[in-house]
Formats: sequence, structure tokens, C-alpha cells
Amino acid sequence: MNAAAERALTSSAFELFGLEPAFALDAEALERSYREIQARVHPDRFARAGDAERRASLQWTTRVNEAYRALRDPLRRASHLLELHGVDVAFETNTAMPPEFLMQQMELRESLEEAVGKKDAASLDALRRDLEQSKRMLEKQIGESIDARKDYAGAAGLVRKLMFLDRLGAEIDLAYEAVE
Amino acid sequence: MALLQISEPGMAPAPHEQRLAVGIDLGTTNSLVATVRSGAATVLPDAHGRPLLPSIVRYLPGGRVEVGYAAQARQADDPKNTIVSVKRFMGRGLKDVAHAESAPYDFVDAPGMVQVRTVAGVKSPVEVSAEILKVLRERAELSLQGSLSGAVITVPAYFDDAQRQATKDAGRLAGLNVLRLLNEPTAAAIAYGLDNAAEGVYAVYDLGGGTFDLSILKLSRGVFEVIATSGDSMLGGDDFDQRLFCWVAEQAKLAPLAPRDMRLLQVKSREAKEALTFHSESRINARLSSGEFVDVTVDTETFCSITQTLVHKTLGPMRKALRDAGLSVDEVKGVVMVGGATRMPQIQRAVAEFFRRDPLNNLDPDKVVALGAAMQANVLAGNKPQGEDWLLLDVIPLSLGIETMGGLTEKVIPRNSTIPAARAQEFTTFKDGQTGMSLHVVQGERELVSDCRSLARFELKGIPPMAAGAARVRVSFQVDADGLLSVSAKESTSGVEASVTVKPSYGLGDAEIERMLRDSFEHAKEDVHARALAENRVEGQRLVEATRSALQADKSLLSAEEAAAIELALTALESLLGGSDRRAIKRAADALNRATEDFAGRRMDQGIRRALAGRKIGSL
Repeated sequence: MNAAAERALTSSAFELFGLEPAFALDAEALERSYREIQARVHPDRFARAGDAERRASLQWTTRVNEAYRALRDPLRRASHLLELHGVDVAFETNTAMPPEFLMQQMELRESLEEAVGKKDAASLDALRRDLEQSKRMLEKQIGESIDARKDYAGAAGLVRKLMFLDRLGAEIDLAYEAVE
Repeated sequence: MALLQISEPGMAPAPHEQRLAVGIDLGTTNSLVATVRSGAATVLPDAHGRPLLPSIVRYLPGGRVEVGYAAQARQADDPKNTIVSVKRFMGRGLKDVAHAESAPYDFVDAPGMVQVRTVAGVKSPVEVSAEILKVLRERAELSLQGSLSGAVITVPAYFDDAQRQATKDAGRLAGLNVLRLLNEPTAAAIAYGLDNAAEGVYAVYDLGGGTFDLSILKLSRGVFEVIATSGDSMLGGDDFDQRLFCWVAEQAKLAPLAPRDMRLLQVKSREAKEALTFHSESRINARLSSGEFVDVTVDTETFCSITQTLVHKTLGPMRKALRDAGLSVDEVKGVVMVGGATRMPQIQRAVAEFFRRDPLNNLDPDKVVALGAAMQANVLAGNKPQGEDWLLLDVIPLSLGIETMGGLTEKVIPRNSTIPAARAQEFTTFKDGQTGMSLHVVQGERELVSDCRSLARFELKGIPPMAAGAARVRVSFQVDADGLLSVSAKESTSGVEASVTVKPSYGLGDAEIERMLRDSFEHAKEDVHARALAENRVEGQRLVEATRSALQADKSLLSAEEAAAIELALTALESLLGGSDRRAIKRAADALNRATEDFAGRRMDQGIRRALAGRKIGSL
């Protein structure tokens, strides 16, 4: 692979789409960039090309899709930003969370189990709504911490909380299948 | 009605230069082939003017095969050798096949995919599907008067990797250059969106003969973006026939039926179901081989009540797709109905009730998928000038993962990821001194591996002995634009590697496809080598053209020496194309591909930079 290719494939997700690295996201600008890039690199444009171009197109499109997905997901966007600032979110190693947060998480999980036990889809809907609201609040705090205060170490703790909420969200989604 | 399009002078290829490309809807009940002619997509009928080809294949002694209406007419007389709804068996093991007990076939439980013993030998679903595709290919070549440059074949969006791979293999076996596997609801959205200049969020409800898909798409000018897809690959119109058949057997108090009688009553049940779309009751009568006479009348109310659970089964996937898309019912601007089974009034009512709006039925639900596939084939073949084409962004329907300790699934690529997609994950050894690792690739949403579909198993060997947990095995998943997966694994401290295209464990190996191709050509008395040479020439010619146009556009990205090296490889390949040494052509093509690797990368990079530059100018 040549230097230009190497650079494009390893650049930050923000650079790839020509955006300033920040937690606050101009979703429309991102979508526009994404589509314009896809229009030029997507495999459908190279259905009749040689193997080398088809391989390159697959590689680029994959990278663009992955970066797009990462930027649209608040959790991954925040982790990516912290990484760019040399802060390790340490999802795996740092699991020490404030006790009151953990208590709250346990209570939410109990309500989830209860809803599944009673096959109660309405309770799942309510849980999901509450969770979405907590996530919005947390995302707001993360944005303030990263963009305004540049407090990356502080943001890491908030990002770990967001990860817990995301996991709960995935469990709620799975629970629907048991209930429906 | 679609407007006729006229291209700017010199922009579109002249009609005689248009590459012949078709879209094929390989359906459970019926199949169709369509193409774009003079700017409009149209279904190609057979010599009798019939657009549909019943997806029915009958094997006769002596290697003769009947496909379509001829096979349909004889299905009750020869049920064991007449395969209907073969799509239900694609990429499936015997245990996955619903109602196997009431199917009149002599099943053979081969590893990975079920097969059927017929008078012409044991046939895999891939071979049976290839017979259908061959008939459609011949129909198109006759109608368009030339050999096809490529085809888009549609698959249910909810098809897993095994089913997709089986479909692509069938295309190859039928001698088609498969440009792309396209999801059926997405194909329908293309046809609908282009015809109606639709913008906004649309749902496509696609209930075919054997599969159900629900896709949610965002349509905007020039872009079709699938946001979420859901469904049930074992639910379709066939199941409604089956319910009615069981009900009739119960009403008439019939003893277990002979295969011929079973098929006869199944056909009658299907006819009665279709009649109930327009009439309030329908009569089923048939004389069985025992001489017994069956005469049962069914009304719409009874039919609705015995099929209510089936209609209900489509609601779960609708809710799931909306949840995955993060949308509410009110945000959906329209629901496009696709597939013959959506003609049933109870389906129309259930969908209208769920989405709180009347569904859209303005395109023929039997044809819309083939028409959309033809439009996409036309774009992929390069027949549309840039700016008039569109971008299609589709997703994988089911999460892809790997088995970890305790039989649990670790998801590597989540469902609804836009394709092409790739993701890597690190795993480590469990025991001290462990030198091998067995990797099991699965697809599905459930936590337990035993509840997911097993796609492939492969081994990484030769890991140097280390303490448990010290090895770093990086497993990489890559899903291509057809939604097909390949997996590789590498131990990073030692560099030991292993990879697998997720295929041999269930599907057909390349060698097996080659053998089948050889067998089929022996019947057709065609020379395999001549065919292979022709393929290598076409491939070589395509590469020469593509490289030449790349050089013309972007020679400035190359140094003089680099350009000269590519020119040299290009001339070498070109000079061999007229000859008959297919291996030499292949070698020269490989050499040219290698020579253009850097160039291809730089062109992509330039594409991205231009896209961003264009955006900045545009936003000023």
C-alpha cells in the first residue's frame, strides 16, 4: 500500500470526513460527506473494474462505513475523541464505578427481569424511554466535559457510565424477543 | 408512470454499446427476469408471452429436465421428482426444513445442506435453482439477442450467509456472471422510489412464497439507504397454503395421504387461497387415488381464523425493525407491499392497522422485485452515466459472531451494519501451552451458540506454547457488498495465520462447482475448456478496458516509470487475448492486477479528497 492510501486508512474518523474533532456533531455535514465519499468509492462503482480496484474499493468503503458508524454512536465518538487526546477509557480494566450508580443499575436490571417475567411489553417501553432520557443527559455532560472544559480524564468516567447504559439498552432490546 | 429518459449527446453509451444486464427474482413460487430497454425496466416474457416462470423443476429419466409450467402440470403425477419451493431448502439442513414430513421428497441429509434423491440422481438445492436460472438466462439471451454481460440476483433480506452463498453458487452454476446479490425489499424500493420520485422514510413489507422481509429505508435523491431490516426466512404464502391443506384434510377426515394426493390437495388449497382474495368462499374438490372424493368449502372468515397466527408472526419483525431504526410508526411515510402473498386481504388489513395508513399497492407485487433488480443491474453494468445513477447502501440482517468458552456467542459485526463491513476482535488461549485454537463462526442474535446458525469452523494451528491468556489471536471478519462473509485469524506475537471464506463447511467447494459445471456441460455437449477460455478472455478484456480508462482519467497520479510498467503489463495481456492459452491470459491478468494495486489505492484516495473538496465548495 502506498503512503497516501496508508494515511487515508489510518486517519482519524473526523479527518476522514473533513470534520473538526468535537463531541458536538453536525450530523447533516457528516451525512453529506459520507454520501459524497461513498458515491466515489462504493463497490457498485467498480462492479466492472479489475481485481485491484475492486479490492481497494472494498477496503475503503469498509473503512468509511466503520468510521461513519463510530462517529454517529455517541459512545464510540467519545471514546475516539479521548483516544485522540491520549486518554484510555479502559472499559475492560477500570470497572470501579460510584456505588450509587451501580445500585441504580442493579435496580434497573431488576425491573427488566420483572418485566420479562410478566411478559409486559409496556414496562419495557417505559424502561427504554427512561434509559434514552438518562443517556441524553449523560451525553450532554460528556459534551460539556470534552468540548467546553477539555476535561478528558473526567469525561472518561462519564463515558464508562454511558457504556453501562448502552449495555442495558441492548438487554432491553433482547428482552422484547422474550416478551413478544 | 416512469418518464422516458433521453441522455445528453455523447454521455450515455450508444444503444449498440449497452452491455446486456438483467435482474433476476429467484422466487419461492415464481421467478422472473427483467432488463432495462430504452431507459425503462421491463419483464421479459417467455415465447408464449408469460412473464412468470413457476419455480418448479422436474427431473426425468435420462437427464432430461423440465422447468416451469411443464413441470407444474405434472407435479401431482410425479411428486418425488418434481421439486417445488426449492428456495426453502437453500443453505438449509434437513432439521431446518419446516413441514419436511409433508413434503413428498426423498430427502438425503447431506452435511450442511439437505439434498433430494430423484430419478436423475441426488440433487442439491443449488443445482435445482441453477436449472431455473438457466431457463431465465436462455430466455433473456434469446430475447436480447446476445450473451449476458452480468446479472443481479435477488435474495430475501433476511437470508443468512449460507443461503446467500448457495444462491450465488446457483448463479455461477447456471453460467451467469453474478454482478451482485441484491436484497428483495431493497430492489422493490428502487423500483418504487424511482417511479414515484419518493423521498423520506419508507417501509417495505415483502411477503413472498416462502420468506418474509421487512425493511426500513431512507429514500433521498440519488441514495437508497437501508436503515434496518428484519423478517422471518421461514414464513410465506406457502404456509398459508399448508394451513388450509391441513384444515381440509381434517374436515374431510382423511387418512395419511400418498405423495400424489398430498401434492394434489396442496395445489387445490393454493388455488382456493387465491380465489378467497376476490370471493367470500371457495370450494376444494378432488378425487384421491383411493377413489375417495374430497369436497370441502372454505369461507374467508374460516381462512382468516386458521391463518391468524401467521399474520401475527409478521408483526414482531415490524416492531423490531422500527426499534432498530429508532423510529416510530408516525415517522414512516409509506409502506410498499411486495410479494404475491400481500394480495390476501387479511395481510392488507393487518399492515394498515399497524402503520395506521393504507399500504401502497401501485406496483405489481409479483414484478416489482425483478424490475428493481434490472435497474440495479443496468447501473452496475455501467450503462448509466455518472450523475444519473444512484447509491445503494444496504445492511446485514443478522449479527455475525464467534463462539467463546461455555458455548456463548461473542458478536463481532452487529446486525444492521452497513455493508461492506469489517471488524476485528482479539481472543486468547484458555490453557497453558495451548498451540491450536478452534474457531466457530455463527450468525444470529441469541446468546447461546446452539441457538444461532453455524456458518463455519476452522482451526488456527502452530501457536507457540505460552501461558494461558498470553497469546493474542486477532480474528477479522469481512462482509462484502453481496453480504458474504470471509474470516481470517492471526496470532500477533508469532504471525501464524489462518483464513476461511465461510463456505466449505456447508456449501459447495470450488472443486464441487467445477465438477457440476462439467457434468452439466457434458449434457449440453459444450466444451468446458472453450467455456473457460471464453470466460478468461471476457475477464481479460474487461480488465484491459477498465485499466485503460483509469489511465486516461488519472495518469497524473503515476510517475513515468510506474505508468510505463502498467502499460507494459497491459500490452502483454492484450496481446494474449486473441490466443487460446487461457492459463497465460490468467497469468497476465493477475500480473496487471498486481501492477495496478498502488494506482487503485491512489485513485480511491483522490476520490475521497475530491468528495470533501466538493462538499466544502458546496457549503460556502
